[in-house]
Amino acid sequence: MTSPLSDTTIFEAKDLECIRDDRVLFSGLCFTVNPGEALVLEGRNGSGKTSLLRILCGIRLPESGQLLWNGEDIFRLGPEYHEHTAYLGHKDGSKLDLTPLENLRVARGFGKAKAGITLEEALDQVGLYGFEDVPTRNMSAGQQRRLAIARLLVTDAKLWILDEPFTSLDRKGIEHMERLFEAHLQSGGMAAMTTHHRIGFKEAVKLVRINLSER
Amino acid sequence: MSTLSLTSAFTLLLKRDLVLAYRRRAELVNPVLFFVLVTAMFPLGIGNDAKLIQAVGPGVIWVAARLAALLSLDTMFRSDFDDGTLEQFMLSAHPISVLVLAKILAHWMITGLPLFIAAPLLAMMLNVPSDAIPTLMLTLVLGTPTLSLIGSVGVALTVGLRRGGVILSLLVLPLYVPVLIFATDAVKTSIVGIPTSAQISILAAMLIGSLVLAPLATAASLRISLS
Repeated sequence: MTSPLSDTTIFEAKDLECIRDDRVLFSGLCFTVNPGEALVLEGRNGSGKTSLLRILCGIRLPESGQLLWNGEDIFRLGPEYHEHTAYLGHKDGSKLDLTPLENLRVARGFGKAKAGITLEEALDQVGLYGFEDVPTRNMSAGQQRRLAIARLLVTDAKLWILDEPFTSLDRKGIEHMERLFEAHLQSGGMAAMTTHHRIGFKEAVKLVRINLSER
Repeated sequence: MSTLSLTSAFTLLLKRDLVLAYRRRAELVNPVLFFVLVTAMFPLGIGNDAKLIQAVGPGVIWVAARLAALLSLDTMFRSDFDDGTLEQFMLSAHPISVLVLAKILAHWMITGLPLFIAAPLLAMMLNVPSDAIPTLMLTLVLGTPTLSLIGSVGVALTVGLRRGGVILSLLVLPLYVPVLIFATDAVKTSIVGIPTSAQISILAAMLIGSLVLAPLATAASLRISLS
């Protein structure tokens, strides 16, 4: 394990511009995220939060500008960049016909498997203990969201890209997931997220806030 | 220690798709049922002219196989696109083209292999001489994977569209024509008793060519569809 202090990984955006249906959603957007920091995107509906997150993942290309992971362009790095990232989008990305355990096994195989955590432990951490072999289809929306969050825990991804991660979670679940995100940040991880919920992280976690509708 | 293994990701994805197909096995029957029904209808429509049926037999089997392949093509990436697993799969730490190949292989095992197994019976029904059946099987084993590989590019391009069905057929059917021509020609030639190594070599070349190029094109097309 690298300590957060000696870690010099840096995620940088330079002059990002995004155009959708001939409307400029944002332009000249710059930010830096260091280990232990979370980028929090705010703004009204349609201000480009999801588009920006999809650009950060490398699914969507920005109109102009650059995204640098340790000084290297993420679109050039490709899979080498993706081994450091985990994405939780609007869609859970779980197969409803598979069990949570089978879903997690695939998720772990797609990324860089994290040592020291079994799939059962990851399910336990998101409160799905005892649901290992229930078809995902039979679980509630909140439980399916928890399964999607468990996917973040089983790979060694440093940067978590979270699009409304708290959707359909109950109040206790939200608090619990906040503790998980906090633990990730405090162990030197990074996050980029959008949420309409007021985030209750500890004081120590540094948040980089960007409001897309007030730029 | 963290691990990153491409072969295990390949087998994991292949196994996942086969398990998923097994859990929805009712859908599995569709392409092969279509194939059997279409082929079985032909002799009824043509009448009991054994010579004529023998003459059209290889063509009928191949046209039905081609349409069955086209029918099942759309399912290759559809459900993964709908539930967001395709996004996850594009963001994996492995080269997408290799993962795409695992998906195409799984798709062929689910839809192409049953056709291959049913084909000898249907060939007998269409009065194809038993000497020509090995050639028919050879053309199917070389030809149907080629159809899946070529088709995957079309599916990847249209998966983002809500009604991609018609465009998919228009895109893919013309590309299926060479396989159809050489495969039926091989079977017809072998019925007459002439060696068919030329046609078989061309089919093999098409398979190898598409095996190398199609996954790359499909990966690029998926990237376009998702952005």
